[in-house]
Amino acid sequence: MDAAALQAFLEASVRLGAPLALAALGETVSERAGVINIGLEGSIIGGALGGALGALLTGSPGAGVLAGAAAGTAIAGVFALFAITLNADQIIVGTAVTLGGLGITGVVYQSVFGATGTALTLPTLPALPLPGLSALPAIGPALFSQAWTTYLTYLLAPALWYYLFRTRWGLEMRAVGEEPNAADAAGIRVRRTRVLAVLGAGLLAGIAGAHLALAHAGTFAEGMSAGRGFIAIAVVVLGRWNPLLVLLASLFFGAASALQFELQAVFANVPYQLLLAFPYLLTLAALAGWIGRSRAPAALARPWPPRSGE
Amino acid sequence: MIRRVLRARLRSRWIGPLAAGLVALLAAALLAAAGLALAGYDPVAAGRALVSGAFGSWERFASITLVRATPLILTGLAVALAFRAGVWNIGAEGQLYAGAVAAVWVALAFPGAPAWLLLPGTMAAAAVAGGLWTLMPVGLKFRAGVGEVITTILMNFVAIHMVAWLVHGPLQEARGVFPQTDPVALAARLPRLGSGRLHAGFPVAVLLAGALWWLLRHSAWGFRVRAAGASVRAAAVSGRIHTGRVVLGAFLLSGMLAGLAGGVEVAGVTFALYENLSPGYGYTAIAVALLGGLNPLAVLLAAGFFGVLQAGAAAMQRDVGVPAVWVSAIEALVILAVVAADRFLRRGVAGKGGG
Repeated sequence: MDAAALQAFLEASVRLGAPLALAALGETVSERAGVINIGLEGSIIGGALGGALGALLTGSPGAGVLAGAAAGTAIAGVFALFAITLNADQIIVGTAVTLGGLGITGVVYQSVFGATGTALTLPTLPALPLPGLSALPAIGPALFSQAWTTYLTYLLAPALWYYLFRTRWGLEMRAVGEEPNAADAAGIRVRRTRVLAVLGAGLLAGIAGAHLALAHAGTFAEGMSAGRGFIAIAVVVLGRWNPLLVLLASLFFGAASALQFELQAVFANVPYQLLLAFPYLLTLAALAGWIGRSRAPAALARPWPPRSGE
Repeated sequence: MIRRVLRARLRSRWIGPLAAGLVALLAAALLAAAGLALAGYDPVAAGRALVSGAFGSWERFASITLVRATPLILTGLAVALAFRAGVWNIGAEGQLYAGAVAAVWVALAFPGAPAWLLLPGTMAAAAVAGGLWTLMPVGLKFRAGVGEVITTILMNFVAIHMVAWLVHGPLQEARGVFPQTDPVALAARLPRLGSGRLHAGFPVAVLLAGALWWLLRHSAWGFRVRAAGASVRAAAVSGRIHTGRVVLGAFLLSGMLAGLAGGVEVAGVTFALYENLSPGYGYTAIAVALLGGLNPLAVLLAAGFFGVLQAGAAAMQRDVGVPAVWVSAIEALVILAVVAADRFLRRGVAGKGGG
């Protein structure tokens, strides 16, 4: 691989890793509060459509990102209503929210743009080279000549780490995810904490979706989230519920996905459909090799207050 | 959820879940009608198209609705069994594809074999492949402690890409024009019932539902599955139940049922393998299993309901112009409505009985 190819590969790794990182950082927070949201995929696709519509209506990709964030939050709000307020099972509600998110975005897309879905061209988020940093050799352009939504992940990872592990609010949130009964006894509002964590995660997943549509594809397609919500949840496990490691794990998966294109060029005889399965297989392999040493929040996926007799 | 469903069953075996299901369906129907009206469609005309599309004539009901319901019964049973055992198998879609691949592969590999050998062979291959497709999640769950929710979902994506590769590559039809396999031999096809398109897979699925109901309710194995699902720890502490073995068995059997759904779909409907062979049966199966309260017999009814919905959706698209993509939104609505009805019902009961 020559220098130019390496640079392209690194750039693609970061570009593909950024939406995963946004979604996974949000999911890290909600899982730390004891909520696993399988409906993340729904928030991402909602964010993608919201981003596309917002950018089209206003002509501004930045407004599109805001619309995407709003859509992702709204979809997470449905999840929170059922899984936390009604105290229903998180896995079942999450599955329904993903199914519904994919369905409703399809419905809205088809009723706005027609069933044939002529390819949309959206105003895109431009790369903003950071003066100085983007001139660094090899990694400079890859890391520091990206859309601003990518830079958001660089800021969020340490900020969320500080929040979770160095502030009182973060401590309270982790208490809710580990020992909700004890947290409740200590006067922490368990449900409110969980709802806020889920809404925050939905907001970030919405931005991730908007990033896919506006910084990545420049268009919207039905089902374009392509399982990223699920991979993001796996990435949280790989990153051991630590925002800094989660960011690294996301970039690692961005690299795995980018590698797919490199492999396509190098092994022209390997069918590309198999290479498309590569990130999923790699995720499974990484989970197999890695998990033994990490531990999920103790109350993850447990409804609270506990239903009597369970 | 599993535990709650189990307890609800103990409290009132039929009335509660049935009432919750009906209230939920009514609420979902009203919301769907409101959504259709909002999008500018005539909900009454859409409803009429749905009903006549699904029930218009016996011919239509058998050839479209029951044929649609068949894979939903099998995958619905797969999900219901897994959830009963406390296993979150969200991977019925991938297991279905694995079964379809195995069925097509066996059928194409032995084109000269007689039907009495080939048909059971393809069905067995489909079931085994579905079971094998759970092995990775099973291994990760039991060896590495990784939850099966994510791993089964990831395996769905692997299966879908594998099918895409097979039909563009090694299993592509001899003409090499379309991304699909050659059609399987007549000997590998399920016999038709009557003059329409209804095939023998439907009665087989109904029989399996009955068998699974009996096993869960009356056999020692079924008791162990239910006990493990209700509380893995309590069942293990009792010292009489190897929960690991029971849960593993239920997981594998769940995969086999979903794999069989893929085999039945190939041998009864499509006769070939291609991409998007399943319009998400494995995901709809979750709604089917929940609406059926994880009871195999009620799963039959729930699968019938979603068969009606899917058959009717095609008619709604044709007659009223409602895009078929509405169905997955409506399915999500049904799941959420069932969950909500279940929660409200439980609260009412808990208030009185302290349950």
